Amino acid sequence: MSSASERKDFESTKKMKGVMFKYFTELENGPAQGKKTAWCTSVGPAELLRALGFNVYFPENHGAMLGATRMATDLIPLANARGFSPDICSYLTSDVGSYLKGESPLQKMKLSGPPKADVLVFNTNQCRDVKDWFQFYAREWDVPCIGVHTPRSIGDVSDSIIDDVARQIEGLVEPLEQVAGEKLDPKKLREVVDLSRQCTELWKAVLQAAVNVPSPLTFFDGTIQMGPAVVLRGHVDAIEYYRGLVDELQQRIADGVAAVEDETHRIYWEGMPVWGKLSGLSGLFMQLKTSVVASTYCNSWIFDDLDPDDPYKSMARAYSSIFICRSEDAKQKYIEEMAERYGIDGILYHDAKTCPNNSNNRYQLPQRLQAKLDKPYLVINGDLNDLRLYSEEQTKTNIEAFVEQLAET
Amino acid sequence: MTYFCGIDIGASAAKLVIVDRQRQVVARAIRRSGIDYAATAEQCLEEALAAAGIDRGQIAGSLATGYGRDNVPWTELRMTEIACHGRGAFHHFPEVITVIDVGAQDSKVIHLDQRGRRTSFKMNRKCAAGTGAFLDEIALRLAVDVADLNALAERSTNDVALGSFCTVFAATEILEKIRTGHRVEDIVKGAFRSVVKRLVEMDSVDGTLVMTGGVIAHNRLLAKLVGEAFGTPARIPPDPQYIGAFGAALFAIEHTEKGDT
Repeated sequence: MSSASERKDFESTKKMKGVMFKYFTELENGPAQGKKTAWCTSVGPAELLRALGFNVYFPENHGAMLGATRMATDLIPLANARGFSPDICSYLTSDVGSYLKGESPLQKMKLSGPPKADVLVFNTNQCRDVKDWFQFYAREWDVPCIGVHTPRSIGDVSDSIIDDVARQIEGLVEPLEQVAGEKLDPKKLREVVDLSRQCTELWKAVLQAAVNVPSPLTFFDGTIQMGPAVVLRGHVDAIEYYRGLVDELQQRIADGVAAVEDETHRIYWEGMPVWGKLSGLSGLFMQLKTSVVASTYCNSWIFDDLDPDDPYKSMARAYSSIFICRSEDAKQKYIEEMAERYGIDGILYHDAKTCPNNSNNRYQLPQRLQAKLDKPYLVINGDLNDLRLYSEEQTKTNIEAFVEQLAET
Repeated sequence: MTYFCGIDIGASAAKLVIVDRQRQVVARAIRRSGIDYAATAEQCLEEALAAAGIDRGQIAGSLATGYGRDNVPWTELRMTEIACHGRGAFHHFPEVITVIDVGAQDSKVIHLDQRGRRTSFKMNRKCAAGTGAFLDEIALRLAVDVADLNALAERSTNDVALGSFCTVFAATEILEKIRTGHRVEDIVKGAFRSVVKRLVEMDSVDGTLVMTGGVIAHNRLLAKLVGEAFGTPARIPPDPQYIGAFGAALFAIEHTEKGDT
């Protein structure tokens, strides 16, 4: 591949490998050190778990690793054969397949694999599949699986919804204390929420650097850089990492360094990444001088509402405000604002076969936004992890044709 | 005198067109795409050059399109078949048009405005429904030559409805239709209607409906049925199977005049 299509790595990324390795090593060594392990959905109440002293593991991160390493497609059939449909979340099926086969990308880091949970804590704000996923392991290991049931298709994030979700989070405290073997220290919870809040602000600054023309980073960079924002929010390591990355991005902007040379078009990515094709897609867009500058996906780990002075209600508001659990009208308004802020020329929707909750082309959103914004759109069919559902050639032709169309307008 | 060349290496057939500066077609060639696209492209070019009686040196510009567009050794210029089918169709129908191209492996719906600019497009999903591959499979199941499908469908007197878009499921349905004594002609027309139903659900039609591609070139009844389904007659340009290659040749002229290589 020519240099014109090679992604420009960030210096910070070298540090991230160390940060992530430390995180996974702590998970691995936790039981020997008397630490309990809690599994948490990626937009679950991680702050509460950290405040109770748990090592917190996020299996969706593992799912993404299975996708990015292209191990998923070989592992999914194992879960299918055990009764998990090929039509349900391929994070779930690839992770269960990984468990059944005893193979994990973590083994490439000389670790044994995902840690066994002492408790599994979900939030259905993303989908029902996360709960079903956790319940499989709860049955396997005979450990508790508890969580928060967040309403779906939320329009206004009303006080009644916040009260309900906040009560549910508070209701987790007692059973979690029993597993943790210690009482929750409210001061510690406030401190963790504060650290999460700081992480969120820095992650937001990272992504908003892409407002600059040309953009110093792309969606594809974001999918790599988001690791600490997902698994280490509420931890000082994430804050230190993103401070360095923000500085590097500001330097790129000052030096006029573009993530995509001769950036000609700016695109918004809506939906899940195609984890096994990040490199190829990044290269294709670079060749086409098109920068995918923003995405709903990477922005879904920005939690502006977190407030250490009101931890339960602010967590409830933050985790009930994310795009995926919102109404069609709220989603439309969000993307309208993003399109305006990032100066986008067109929107690409990834219709991920096994992720209906995060495939937002299915209820006329593209058509409504095109009418409102007068910006063209493209839908590509694929999947987050199951590459059997992805056509390389059709996707390439669709994207090239879309960029040809942008050039005409 | 100088000429321009467009080549469309599709999933099934490679089509090549040579035009003069006045955009008149002077030669064409078609071959199975095969497995060596570069060799096929070369053979098509040699054949067309010989037919036109011109030298390779008289080709002032070339452009490749189709699945094999990256494998044509004698041109660096390439565009998608979406662009080229649109451009070729607009040459013949310079107005607001919706182009439906039914190819061997995919179907496309392309919307162009009154200036020929693309406003949107759709390709079929990762599925053979509504494509030539579907009809190939049906012909195989019915033990008829794919070239005879149109004539057979024209003789149909009773429609046989196929319920499934899925090529495999439709083939199973066909076995059941054969078993229960339905006529081959009626089953073939049922297969045509299945393609039509898939195209209708892909997108809507704005302006004039134009149909292109190899499937339409060989199955004019299909175009008629598509027109009936959309409520507007389907217009078919000359040499519909070559429209992608023709559009590529038109783009070759434009690129050459702009000084692109």
